[in-house]
Amino acid sequence: MSNKVNKFQILNADDDELMRISQEGTLSLNLDEMHAIQKHFSELQRNPTDVELETIAQTWSEHCVHKTFKSLILYSEEGKETEEIDGLFPTYIQRATEVIDKPWCVSVFSDNAGIIEFDDKYNLVFKVETHNHPSAIEPYGGAGTGIGGVIRDSLGTGLGAKPILNTDVFCFGLPDTPYNKLPKGTLHPKRVFNGVVAGVRDYGNRMGIPTANGAILFDSRYTANPLVFCGNVGLIPRDRCDKSVEPGDLIVALGGRTGRDGIHGATFSSAELDDTSENLGSVVQIGNPIMEKKIVDALLQARDQNLFRSITDCGAGGFSSAVGEMGEGTGAEVHLERVPLKYEGLAPWEIWLSEAQERMVIAVPPDNLDRLQEICDAEMVEATVLGSFTDSHRLQVLYEGETVADLDMKFLHKGLPQHVKKATWQIPQHKEMQSRDKETEDYADDLCQLLASPNIASKESVIRQYDHEVQGGIVIKPLVGVNNDGPSDACIATPIIGSEKAVIVSNGINPKYSDVDPYISAASAIDEALRNIIAVGGTLEKTALLDNFCWGNPDKPDRLGALVRAAKACYDIATAYGTPYISGKDSLYNEYRDTTTGEQRAIPSTLLISAICVMPDIRKAVTMDVKSPENLIYVVGNTYSELGGSHYFDIHDYIGNTAPIVRTNEGKMTMETLSSAINKGLVRSCHDCSEGGLGVAAAEMAFAGGYGMSLSLTNVPTGEDISCDDFLLFSESNSRFLVEIEPKNQTTFEHHMEGVPIGCLGQVKDSQAFIVHGINQKRVINSSIETLKSAWQTPLVP
Amino acid sequence: MKPKVLVLRTAGTNCDVETDVAFQLAGAKTDLVHIQNLISGNTDLSDYQILAIPGGFSYGDDIAAGILLAVEMKHKLRDALHQFVEKDKLIIGICNGFQVLVRTGLLPGIEGIKEKTELSQSATLAMNTSAKFECRWVELDTQQSQCIFTKGIKPQLYLPVAHAEGRFNAPNEVLAELASNKQVVFRYSNGKQSSSNNIDYPDNPNGSDADIAGICDKTGRIFGLMPHPERFLTRYNHPRWTREDLPEEGDGLAIFKNAVEYVKATFS
Repeated sequence: MSNKVNKFQILNADDDELMRISQEGTLSLNLDEMHAIQKHFSELQRNPTDVELETIAQTWSEHCVHKTFKSLILYSEEGKETEEIDGLFPTYIQRATEVIDKPWCVSVFSDNAGIIEFDDKYNLVFKVETHNHPSAIEPYGGAGTGIGGVIRDSLGTGLGAKPILNTDVFCFGLPDTPYNKLPKGTLHPKRVFNGVVAGVRDYGNRMGIPTANGAILFDSRYTANPLVFCGNVGLIPRDRCDKSVEPGDLIVALGGRTGRDGIHGATFSSAELDDTSENLGSVVQIGNPIMEKKIVDALLQARDQNLFRSITDCGAGGFSSAVGEMGEGTGAEVHLERVPLKYEGLAPWEIWLSEAQERMVIAVPPDNLDRLQEICDAEMVEATVLGSFTDSHRLQVLYEGETVADLDMKFLHKGLPQHVKKATWQIPQHKEMQSRDKETEDYADDLCQLLASPNIASKESVIRQYDHEVQGGIVIKPLVGVNNDGPSDACIATPIIGSEKAVIVSNGINPKYSDVDPYISAASAIDEALRNIIAVGGTLEKTALLDNFCWGNPDKPDRLGALVRAAKACYDIATAYGTPYISGKDSLYNEYRDTTTGEQRAIPSTLLISAICVMPDIRKAVTMDVKSPENLIYVVGNTYSELGGSHYFDIHDYIGNTAPIVRTNEGKMTMETLSSAINKGLVRSCHDCSEGGLGVAAAEMAFAGGYGMSLSLTNVPTGEDISCDDFLLFSESNSRFLVEIEPKNQTTFEHHMEGVPIGCLGQVKDSQAFIVHGINQKRVINSSIETLKSAWQTPLVP
Repeated sequence: MKPKVLVLRTAGTNCDVETDVAFQLAGAKTDLVHIQNLISGNTDLSDYQILAIPGGFSYGDDIAAGILLAVEMKHKLRDALHQFVEKDKLIIGICNGFQVLVRTGLLPGIEGIKEKTELSQSATLAMNTSAKFECRWVELDTQQSQCIFTKGIKPQLYLPVAHAEGRFNAPNEVLAELASNKQVVFRYSNGKQSSSNNIDYPDNPNGSDADIAGICDKTGRIFGLMPHPERFLTRYNHPRWTREDLPEEGDGLAIFKNAVEYVKATFS
């Protein structure tokens, strides 16, 4: 055997030795998994090569196979019997989609992205990924390759989709964190923030994909573990959504060369970070957006000429997982010495595992190779035949003629033992905050403080760095209103210039509610994403969801208990609203450990829900900015006394215990009725009530439109008795909207909304004054839209 | 005869499709052509009457925006370009395409393009004064100019810009000559009728000298601009279409229509 290949001595290893091998090799394999591998190779009577063991580790990594979501969970909740859950993913996510059973779902959970129908020629693909660990260590490169990776997911779906829209959601530590409070070995949140924004900007802009939707959240617990969610929507011809591999097809690698960058990314992301992680520089990949743009240009032509049968991207695990997955049903033979390298000196296993960016693998029938080569030459893209798919059902890897790996596909893909994990959930108790009505004359300062808090404040400085106009199809932009600077609820794109057919993209994320109950947090994230769709003119009927879980270490029962709670909400709420999941992803082990003090901290349990809705006619869209004085402002949906985890409690340093629950019967009725009112043209503007509740929503609508408002809280419909003004103003109850109605449509609107709780709060005013009267007719906010807007435009990074 | 437009592509071009659509809506026949095909001779530039260099990040804008594509055009397509210009045909460069035209010396092209002489650069598009990439809509004042593309166009246009390197910068004598030759086509405006020079950020989004957003050569047939007319083809592109009365056609389309009309009138 070549001296470039080593064997791992596992046949006679004891448990300690097995775990040493796993840890020292950054394999992230646990003892059960090492035993399964040991048993397999004992039967073969040989030790595995490094190429083989590394291949198994990548394929079985949390990142690639999502073993936590497939494990058997023993879940116990205070005062309840232990529940056995055979896989969170099949039980709560996949089953929801099956139960909902939408005919317009073309492909769910099987390809690199979910596919839904768009029009009679095209379908849409949508995927959101995370790139958290790399962004913690190297924000610019981590975030850039995050967006690069998810774009390749679209490109690697079906026979390749054209990327048409990017979405980005970031969670950072507080920008004003004192340097001496930084956990050891971590970067300052400001540096992470600037690096991540620049990384996404430079990659997305160079690719010519509009970045038109997103969110940025801040919490001190994200300091050591920032979260970077990157999403991409693609457009694909309806007859290019299926893929297959035939024995004899050539394995062709396309795009960038292979180097030592990004080795062990998949297994690295399945481990906690600690104060030494910053030394792991080589696990972060290096991005080159122009290379990726060239690949898109070449591949879409090859797709339209039908030159290949299957495609996938080289993401986590590099060639090992790309070829391993594509050849799962056939077998594959790869010759590693053919791989074009950035530089000499890579061991075979490094070539095989490298996560060097901008590489795709396609299955090409031999007769098509010349035509493919012509296209690639014209687009200046390197294409290399690495081997071929076989009918051996084995993954055979050779280096300079010598076999360096020979694995049974069945063992590789089905040999992973199911994990059994314990999960517990206990209701936390937080200090409760009382209404401040007795001590406060005017809530203008509270409102300004809310508007200026980094989670709510304007993200314009970031949004403008992204090209949200390229491709000429973004018709509802991230910033709207009389000065193009108000916060849009969602973005709308018309992928075919001149066609009215549109796609809406929004998101929902509420990690603060997790401190009260992750079930509520997840439910609210779904409700919020859907509200944002409805607010711009979409419908529940044509909306699909993506789930992205970012969690702490799931080997700890309390973290896993929180995950179970969230997954249960995902099932309950999606099935009630009839909105299926089409794809998703999880990133676990977002924890930081200080190796000297032993201190351990996890991020808040964070579920990002991304929503995508097909809209038949862009002309029906509305925006959130008020349009004209004298128009009436209504609140739609009941307000409850639900301030647990709210931003109002947060600015007063409380968490509370009553987070906003989702009442799907009410919520569905509200959203469907309002949606049809918008489609009938009865609504001039619409904004959902989310962070900061009714008060913040009204202020944003007013200053985005450039008009004042005069409102009264007496008509706010409530689901329970609320006798304090601050709770009415700032409660974050779900399924609520503010809408602007022309006086001439008042009766029609009220009639249309019958059965849904609504209340007329007042009017848009041709002045700067923003005035709110409380339930006792007393003035509780006396401010102006300039004051409120300037608070909201407080710079995010001091 | 349908005017033929060659929309030039290379690695990193990314506004080619919408530029192509804009010319089609204006009534032209279009081809998206990779520069390799022009260099190899597979495609002949002389078959076309309009050359469009769209926006993007050609070759990653390595070194500086547009330089590598400009060098490639100057050295590998010099004769073809020369003949194209000689025959009174049209060239438009948008955003990165404008950067390319300036770096080739085709714009401002005060000396004109002469056979066998090296084109030289007399102006530049430098890093924005804000020192970052920005995407926003801007008001433009149409100037009295030679430009074929803006004949009879509205006095004020509203278009998006999206760039990091868009600050038009030239020596005073070049600026003076541009003004006296009527080569300034668009200036950024603060929406007020009589805008003086040097309006403030963000109305002048990049700090351009004399608020210059677009210029043409002395003949008016070569035109470059930082704003993106191809991104405002229908009213739904406008950022405030949900609150303003707007015509169905976007401000940008007239520029492409003018080019098509010129070709029809001149070459039929």
